[in-house]
Amino acid sequence: MHPAPSIILFTTLSGMGYGLAAVLGLGLLDPTMIGTKVAYALALALISGGLLASTLHLGNPQRAWRALSQWRSSWLSREGVMAILTFAPLTFSAWLAAIEGRHVVAVGLLGTVMCGVTVYCTAMIYASLRSIQAWNTGLTPLCYLLFAAAGGLLLATAFAFVNGGNGALPAALALPALAAAWVAKNAWWTRLRMLAPLSTPESATGLGHIGHVRLFERPHINDNYLTREMGFKVARKHAAKLSKLAMLAGGALPMLLLIVAAVAGQGTLAIFAAVFAVAGYALGLVVERWLFFAEARHAVMNYYGG
Amino acid sequence: MTSLPSLPTPKKLGLVIDLDVCVGCHACVISCKEWNTGGYGAALSDQNPYGADVSGTFLNRIHTFEVVPEGGQVIGEAGEARIVHFPKSCLHCEDAPCVTVCPTGASYKRAEDGIVLVDESKCIGCGLCAWSCAYGAREMDLAAGVMKKCTLCVDRIYNETLQEIDRVPSCVRTCPANARHYGDLADPASDVSRMVAERGGYDLMPEQGTRPTNKYLPPRPRKPLAASAGSPVLAENTDGAKGFFAWLDGMLDRI
Repeated sequence: MHPAPSIILFTTLSGMGYGLAAVLGLGLLDPTMIGTKVAYALALALISGGLLASTLHLGNPQRAWRALSQWRSSWLSREGVMAILTFAPLTFSAWLAAIEGRHVVAVGLLGTVMCGVTVYCTAMIYASLRSIQAWNTGLTPLCYLLFAAAGGLLLATAFAFVNGGNGALPAALALPALAAAWVAKNAWWTRLRMLAPLSTPESATGLGHIGHVRLFERPHINDNYLTREMGFKVARKHAAKLSKLAMLAGGALPMLLLIVAAVAGQGTLAIFAAVFAVAGYALGLVVERWLFFAEARHAVMNYYGG
Repeated sequence: MTSLPSLPTPKKLGLVIDLDVCVGCHACVISCKEWNTGGYGAALSDQNPYGADVSGTFLNRIHTFEVVPEGGQVIGEAGEARIVHFPKSCLHCEDAPCVTVCPTGASYKRAEDGIVLVDESKCIGCGLCAWSCAYGAREMDLAAGVMKKCTLCVDRIYNETLQEIDRVPSCVRTCPANARHYGDLADPASDVSRMVAERGGYDLMPEQGTRPTNKYLPPRPRKPLAASAGSPVLAENTDGAKGFFAWLDGMLDRI
């Protein structure tokens, strides 16, 4: 699948934004501190930025409001509806923290749950597509949810240290979340690389009873919408290298830096370590998300020799 | 709107494509583009039409496959090895994933005849329906920003201003080899249903669970070239010659 920058931006930004909002909803940060107020603003900015980025690839974005209508059948519609509904508890929580300096547990927890549901809907857009076997697994939403949680906890750790307090609690939660996310992603990658294709050129043409089927001539000499959108392939050696890079930058590095920050307790070193942990994680996540698209093979490529 | 019709539709209009007959001339590709660029919805645009990197929106494309049996390498010498021309357009699936993934209600399947259509005034051009289609039946029109797909020429088949012979999809009307057939696949007595029953018409990628309406007829078994080479042409054999030729044969033998 073609890794469109708008969709990669959308899923990474909104994923980290929802993660941060969910962690803030748990009340792990002191709402009287300035860093917490900034964290609320950042969470909302990340979510809004991600949603705006997702409209960039639309052919007719002026009709995007129509996408809220088909929540009965469409995961994309459900995601849109949930994204908008989730703004209600999130902005209320942000108001309470930023203006009144307090955290209301009921509102916060409602926001946390709704953030989780929204991220789940995002993941199900991909996981529900049978035509793209790589995505068509329960591991896809699991990865999206764990990556959002790990990103949120990492950001919260950084803000806790910025607040001058001790970020040891969110750091202690972020470590297992990071480990779980990358374990789940490894399971996803292992499944992908062991996968026997559901559809083949033989089943796509129904000519398998005669023999081995291979493409002789494409319909057209040049590319078309389908080959541009779905024909993207990444060489296996680069996929292996890139997944290692993602795990190092987005897994090993933040874990190490979190330990450094927790040991430092507070102060400049802790802040720097936590901020670099977030930066490494974001880089790792973008690489992971790029691979998510670039490695996925669409069934239509059976007709295009790809 | 984007939920599928709950019951099987009373009619299942669709195509039956005979892979034994298709010669790969691409006439249906051209007639489809010609009819549909001026018909239902937005025109089928081309990008860079006179440049080297031309591409455009098509609702029907012909792929060509080489089918090589076990042990065969050279086409024609290895039994059933053959080239198969393969027309492909929307299969108007009963369990059409392109319909249920649509977030806006633009993509729908008609309850009365099973045709899958796009209401372009509602389409936001997100492309998710094209992702969900395993067959590549949907292409985004880059000029209009809306999804295009085969309409089964819904503006021809019910069009009483056309002569009856023309009330079939453009590709079917055009095919010079009669490889494409149109009809109601829900009616077991229809020509297309009988063809499917007689020739063993099949679904593409049944494992995708889409239950396509369109069916494909397999190429008929072919005689290997070697079998034809078994009876040499006997140029010097005049057995069975009669009348004038028998007389001429005798005369020429004598001189």
